[in-house]
Amino acid sequence: MSLDAHLIVRRPGFTLDAVLRAAAGEVVGLLGPNGAGKTTALRALAGLAALDGGHLDLDGERLDDPATGRFVAPEHRHIGVVFQDYLLFPHLSALENVAFGPRCRGVPRARARSEAAALLDRVGLAEHAGKRPRQLSGGQAQRVALARALATGPRLLLLDEPLAALDARTRLDTRAQLRGHLAGHAGPTVLVTHDPLDAMMLADRLIILEHGRVVQTGDAATITSRPRTDYVARLVGLNLYRGRADGELVRITDDFALTTATPQHGDVFVAFPPTAVALYAARPDGSPRNIWRARVAAVSRHGDALRIELTGPVTVAADVTPAAAVQLALEPGREVWAVLKATEATSYPAEPAPEGRPPQGPTGQ
Amino acid sequence: MLPLAGLLIRAPWTSLPQRLTEPGVLAALRLSLLTASLATVACLLLGVPLAWVLARTRFPGRRLVRALVTVPLVLPPVVGGVALLLVFGRRGLVGGWLDATFGFSLPFSTAGVVVAEAFVAMPFLVISVEGALRGADARFEEAAATLGASRWTAFRRVTLPLIGPGVAAGAVLCWARALGEFGATITFAGNFPGRTQTMPLAVYLALEQDLDAAIVLSLVLLVVSVAILAGLRDRWLGVS
Repeated sequence: MSLDAHLIVRRPGFTLDAVLRAAAGEVVGLLGPNGAGKTTALRALAGLAALDGGHLDLDGERLDDPATGRFVAPEHRHIGVVFQDYLLFPHLSALENVAFGPRCRGVPRARARSEAAALLDRVGLAEHAGKRPRQLSGGQAQRVALARALATGPRLLLLDEPLAALDARTRLDTRAQLRGHLAGHAGPTVLVTHDPLDAMMLADRLIILEHGRVVQTGDAATITSRPRTDYVARLVGLNLYRGRADGELVRITDDFALTTATPQHGDVFVAFPPTAVALYAARPDGSPRNIWRARVAAVSRHGDALRIELTGPVTVAADVTPAAAVQLALEPGREVWAVLKATEATSYPAEPAPEGRPPQGPTGQ
Repeated sequence: MLPLAGLLIRAPWTSLPQRLTEPGVLAALRLSLLTASLATVACLLLGVPLAWVLARTRFPGRRLVRALVTVPLVLPPVVGGVALLLVFGRRGLVGGWLDATFGFSLPFSTAGVVVAEAFVAMPFLVISVEGALRGADARFEEAAATLGASRWTAFRRVTLPLIGPGVAAGAVLCWARALGEFGATITFAGNFPGRTQTMPLAVYLALEQDLDAAIVLSLVLLVVSVAILAGLRDRWLGVS
């Protein structure tokens, strides 16, 4: 069982053009900002929106191919969908909701109901089987929606922001349970989310979508250490610049360069965490290689530290302790010296992502 | 409320029991209830699919169809009756064919009463069902489709239960309008006691001969319709 899709969907002022592949048992996280085309991609996979180009193959069966006019209707695709707001049928009990799919596929009523009861038991909702959706909590409704999608034995499982509607506490529990259930699904799973934590916890592989295009793919470790767009860098909390490397020196702008720990040549990205930036009131002694004058633009809380947004030759985020911030009198407009340890800045080639397309345009912040 | 009060004040209360048991009254009442109910069923069978098409599909001329559906609302019922005669009359477009093929004629029959009432009452049902469909989230139908439900199954098992209150409200309005129908009925089906003479027709006829009889008939119509509408409202619309 595997998914092989090239989704092209045109909407006024927006085009989705993304290659999507997933192997059996693999959970692919489709991550991107709002309006990136994630939900459009999901609807195209489910057959709720037709492709305008490309193709969609599932288990070697062609489900959508505008070139030949082939289009398999959603009811014949055997693709399970967990919708963002679940869309549980309000007039049916949890059990009847889960039994709905098998009933539509011709399973006799008694067997559909007993299978549904077993599935509800598996997601820990056996005692809530008789309840209507409006009597269920958000986390329970989410699990009923998951059981309903799994009840049909789907060849592909699609989840649209499965945790977005839950409060923080429920989210934590539900995420852990969801991970277990996804592991039990034999076919591929595509998970749409704008939450990087959900994506990294649940998905084996991430596909980052921006403006309808795939900008980066890879596992969580690669994405978090080597972002390729500003969006991904912000998501994982790194400063990211694009420049031209000549050995360890990377020229970011005409009159600003950074020294990194990794020698490269040609177009590269430079990434470093905000904690790698130290701030001083006066020019520090010694000879740090990365030092520049910067002006505080904004100060905000970030966990236990304070995040300082700096302008200067480049905009950069720095994390300092509250004590240091008080000592340096950091407030918007204050001029400081910024120092970056070369050993904490990594550079990596800016060649196109292995799957999909290169980032659009330069990404210097 | 004043006309209703006038009806109650002028009612011949002393002779009421005797007048009520006259065979003509019961026959007209039975015919009215029967034809209004049959007309409502006909409107449901034709109107709900029509409302679904208007609410859920896009096709050229949809606005025109919607406008045509509401025409009976603004058309004087008598004109509707004339139009029905022109189509279903013995020499009408469809009526001639019906007569020649099946030896069956709609005008001046009980079936004709049902057709006339359905014609006039249909917009009430279509408008409320279409409104209910537009208010119901179409994504429930999408969710049903991903679970393997055909369009018909999704409509029957998901959409119809969701819009149930709207359909019930439309059916009640439709039934009430059919019960009170006069103009199209008398034009298309005539005024034959026991066959096409419904309560409103009986009231009109009685008015020319015996005012008290007309008042009694009106009272009966009033009481029956208020009782039924109140009952249905509590049962169907109260829960929504």
